[in-house]
Amino acid sequence: MTKLLTGNEAVALGVWEAGISYACAYPGTPSTEILENIAANYKKDILAEWAPNEKVALECAIGASIAGVRTISTMKMVGVNVAADPLFSFAYSGVNGAMILVSADDPGLHSSQNEQDNRYYAKFAKIAMLEPSNSQESKDMIKSAVEISEEFDTPILFRMTTRICHSKSPVNEGERITPVKKPYIKNPAKYDLVPSVSKALHYILEDKLKRLQAFSETTPLNFIQWNSKKIGIVTSGISYQYAQEVFGTNASYLKLGFTFPLPIEKIRAFSKEVEILYVIEENEPFIEEQIKAAGIQCIGKEKLPNVDELTPEIIARELLGKELQTIDIDTSIVPGRPPTLCAGCPHRGFYVELRKLKNIMITGDIGCYSLGGNEPLNAKDTTICMGASISMGHGAQKAFDLFDENKRTIATIGDSTFFHTGINSLMHVAYNRSRTITCILDNRTTGMTGHQNNPGTGYTLMGMPTKEADIEAVCRAIGIEHVRTINPLNLEEVKATLKWAMALDLPSVIITRWPCVLKKFTEGDIEEFGDYFGKCEVVADACTGCKNCLKTGCPALQYSKADNKVVIDQVQCVGCEVCKQVCKFDAIERKQKA
Amino acid sequence: MSNKVKNILLVGVGGQGTILVSKILSSGLLNAGYDVKMSEIHGMAQRGGSVSTQVRFGEKVHSPIMAHGQADILVSFEMMEALRWMKYLSPEGKVVINDYQIPSAPILFGKVDYPEGVAQIISKKVNATIIKASEIAAKIGNARTMNIVLFGALVKSMKLTEIDWESAIRDNVKSNMVDINIAAFKAGMETVN
Repeated sequence: MTKLLTGNEAVALGVWEAGISYACAYPGTPSTEILENIAANYKKDILAEWAPNEKVALECAIGASIAGVRTISTMKMVGVNVAADPLFSFAYSGVNGAMILVSADDPGLHSSQNEQDNRYYAKFAKIAMLEPSNSQESKDMIKSAVEISEEFDTPILFRMTTRICHSKSPVNEGERITPVKKPYIKNPAKYDLVPSVSKALHYILEDKLKRLQAFSETTPLNFIQWNSKKIGIVTSGISYQYAQEVFGTNASYLKLGFTFPLPIEKIRAFSKEVEILYVIEENEPFIEEQIKAAGIQCIGKEKLPNVDELTPEIIARELLGKELQTIDIDTSIVPGRPPTLCAGCPHRGFYVELRKLKNIMITGDIGCYSLGGNEPLNAKDTTICMGASISMGHGAQKAFDLFDENKRTIATIGDSTFFHTGINSLMHVAYNRSRTITCILDNRTTGMTGHQNNPGTGYTLMGMPTKEADIEAVCRAIGIEHVRTINPLNLEEVKATLKWAMALDLPSVIITRWPCVLKKFTEGDIEEFGDYFGKCEVVADACTGCKNCLKTGCPALQYSKADNKVVIDQVQCVGCEVCKQVCKFDAIERKQKA
Repeated sequence: MSNKVKNILLVGVGGQGTILVSKILSSGLLNAGYDVKMSEIHGMAQRGGSVSTQVRFGEKVHSPIMAHGQADILVSFEMMEALRWMKYLSPEGKVVINDYQIPSAPILFGKVDYPEGVAQIISKKVNATIIKASEIAAKIGNARTMNIVLFGALVKSMKLTEIDWESAIRDNVKSNMVDINIAAFKAGMETVN
């Protein structure tokens, strides 16, 4: 049967068809839906787990592989940085059951903090790499990856990009291989990477790479499509689709699905047959550099950019000088539409009070609360990576204190991000006698990526109830003595707690505990937070049009110029009452329930 | 670039139901024997941001994304979003605009005004159909079927009426919502001559 699937859905299907038994990941756009689909569709056949971070996820998959089952670990590209430590060494030991690491890169930074090209990880870590170019290949190549992993005793870097992960194209279902577990045989010479073992394994790894190189030259994953020989194109991934879109049958293609090690001799032979050789690849010149190093002439980044997403449009313009006509129309009058904290978002109340503090530096983190830095809240100074808010805040505080600069640093981090890597940073804060204020914005879920469970939610990815990690107890256990848990929708409470923390010359933690407004409340949530949902409305006679409430940045509030009043959109409003609390004229009331 | 491939661009604001329309559209096209590719961006855009879905279909489709000047039709679920995405439209292309405004953050906070005369600006340049989809949907009995009203207008504008859309709707909405969505679809078709 043919289905229209995203690349992520197709990978999940491929995982099932390939006889993979265990999957472990940390959510991150654009990779998240792979594990979600495995958990939703193949519950009976595959164990899927959310890990607190990518390093843990990969290590779990490595353990399962060594124990003898086929495994997969999925993450966004920056997650691979977190998981790089086990990855590089696992390349030395190799697998027992197949192990696939999906790296979902984000050219164009649709929802990422950098634009790194993770193909270099394959070369750096010395592991085989596959790159699908559509959903069908996303499924089929998982099966190929499993075979290659077990045949060559190597983990596989399965490299996808946003346009592969989130585009839909037709997929034909295939036969499923029934999972089998290989026996586990204790083998320290392979799996116990002490220096003497690792040195021996490095020689073996180099030999493996030679065999993989030979495989790359002959595998049908790397194939030639002969058309006109005037132009030859070496390409991989989504760029293959773009190249065909632009050149059609006016060029021949060497399409690479197995992109590390590269089939250099195949490329050389192909180059000799064509008049001009283009390398079309998105972001960095990963293929081009290796081709040029082999002494083969080609044109790549001289013409094509290495910044932002590649598109058929850019290829047509840069390589053919062709551009489609567009409509001559002034679009500059359209205001931007940046993402905002939702109406009723529990982070809003916290940021409304936080931004009032003077002489502070606010270190931010990765999650919805990064929107607290936008207009009109403007309550953030920095974002670098997951968990960094706490440790950067500490470093900055020490720097200010070393030179007696009157500044306090306040770290803001979410619950899932705290469990990810913030916990290590907070340990450093406690251990190194810091005086930062760490605010853990616990919205009882992983918000930005679409509500994944985490160690603090009390449920597993498969929906099983589990032990809930107690953030307050964790903070105290690692040495933070001053910890308060508050309701972020109560502005007086937020204000008083920030004041308390600012007055301390010791490290403190403020936990704001309230569920994401979009979260489906669990039984525990209802019990703890009750049925607070309702509606607020403006008392028109009392509203002076001062616009103070608009400074909360709630998208349910709108100012009407015509009558100099604010109105509350009754569809969006959930009755969080943050606007009601900032109104100095008692012009906002909670509607009585009918 | 291939002339045979048709390009549909759906734009709007997170939460307006563009994704359901693209699902119905692409599954109907696939069942009708076309090669179909669809691309959309998830992530931060969901938090009230501008959203777009690209659907491309034909005998053989390579790229899931289209170029500026390539869309055969632009369906905008919100008024000013139509103007934002106009550069994607082919000069021979059509526009279907929902006469429905959702002010973005800078407008809500009083920094700028909602742009005036968007429909007129666009109508001067291209073949535009302006529809009060939310009113039509409300009359049918459920304002939330606004997206399917727009879908009906899209199908009629693109002359795709021979495809079995009722089955595609049935496959993609809850069983108790099938009838009202089919009614919305038909009402949407009637808005286009």
